[in-house]
Amino acid sequence: MAVIIEQPDAPRSRKGAQWEKRAWIFMRISGVFLIFLIIGHLLVNLVLPERGVKAIDFAFVAGKWASPFWQVYDGLILWLALIHGTNGMRTLVNDYTERVWLRKALNTTLWVTAGLLILLGTLVITTFDPCIDPNVHTYLPDLVCKG
Amino acid sequence: MSTAVESTKEIAAVPSFTVTLFVRRFNPETDSEPKWQDFDVQVFGTDRVLDALHKIKWEQDGTLTFRRSCAHGVCGSDAMRINGRNRLACKTLIKDLDITQPIYVEPIKGLTVEKDLVVDMNPFYQAYKDVKPFLIASDKPEKERLQSPEDRARFDETTKCILCAACTSSCPVFWTDNQYFGPAAIVNAHRFIFDSRDEAAEVRLDILNDKEGVWRCRTTFNCTEACPRGIEVTKAIAEVKQAILRGKR
Ligand code: HEM
Ligand code: SF4
Ligand code: FES
Repeated sequence: MAVIIEQPDAPRSRKGAQWEKRAWIFMRISGVFLIFLIIGHLLVNLVLPERGVKAIDFAFVAGKWASPFWQVYDGLILWLALIHGTNGMRTLVNDYTERVWLRKALNTTLWVTAGLLILLGTLVITTFDPCIDPNVHTYLPDLVCKG
Repeated sequence: MSTAVESTKEIAAVPSFTVTLFVRRFNPETDSEPKWQDFDVQVFGTDRVLDALHKIKWEQDGTLTFRRSCAHGVCGSDAMRINGRNRLACKTLIKDLDITQPIYVEPIKGLTVEKDLVVDMNPFYQAYKDVKPFLIASDKPEKERLQSPEDRARFDETTKCILCAACTSSCPVFWTDNQYFGPAAIVNAHRFIFDSRDEAAEVRLDILNDKEGVWRCRTTFNCTEACPRGIEVTKAIAEVKQAILRGKR
């Protein structure tokens, strides 16, 4: 007599089941982007300027953010590094916390903090106004200031 | 003549030496915490850690509790932490360890200790059961299911698992998160996911595409290093991840 094994459950499609996969893919893709973004960031800010880190001042930042290229570039680092770093920290929290409430509290704190930092950073990058410096035209001669 | 006798004597004389074993003891009836106990054991160069444990149990302290069955690396009963590494006691020659130092023997980590070196294996077996470690095919098992040698080779590695739990209990993610399926369950899912005769690869991939599934793996390679069967466990897990990303085997 043949033994018939019933076909076990069909795939269980749970709500949110794809999230862990997406997070895993995101960590790798953002990681690859971050390698290049961060190397470029360090080169342009620290290695290439003659005076190294001492070259960074209001004028340096104003000069960079006058160009949409650096606005997008810095915006990308901001978003990718914060989401990548926060998701990485979420992994660590999930590793080390056993109590559900503590896990929830720490993860909520992480994402709220990251959200605030992204919001603030994006605001600064997009609304930065070099005209608050009265001497702005010594280093940005083409800049037109209102009022 | 005399030289011949001498040389046989030399061959027959298996060197024996004394080693100190520190064994992690825990008696749930009297102890609140596990503690180390040391034993001096006279062993031969051919002895394994399991032989030393036997000598302790049979000659010094009959209460020492550990699991073993085949004593030859087949049944997977005696995985334990020896000098901080997960090994089978029956496959670890004492002479291969640093015998100038004491040998430390502990239960495997991440599973509740029941007594001395015996841990509760139920969570481990449950994760194994959850990946449906059996052939699922729609046709009736009335005749042989043929398979090409290439198709068989695809999952040959993972057929070698003896469910000793050395890998799962070497995994830092499993130590802190018992919900994680763990390497052994993924190895045994791999065994069927990549079997051309099996028809439920998607079901198992879906099970492992879970919050506590393959994505918890952080590629630390502890499992590959621990496996007494030489299975490249981390690679098997990576292959399952790839299969989930593809959506099929
Ligand atoms: C330089 C380029 C970077 C690359 C290539 C990279 C790559 C990765 C990858 C692939 C993971 C996942 C590891 C795993 O799941 O096994 C990871 C985890 C992590 N990353 Fe990055 N990352 C980079 C930059 C950053 C930056 C800038 C931060 C901080 C803002 C960061 C913070 C983290 C954290 C906290 C984790 C979790 C650690 C863990 O899982 O043990 N990474 N990174
Ligand atoms: S994969 Fe290796 S270490 Fe893991 S349970 Fe199987 S035989 Fe043991
Ligand atoms: S006693 Fe069977 S594997 Fe060691």
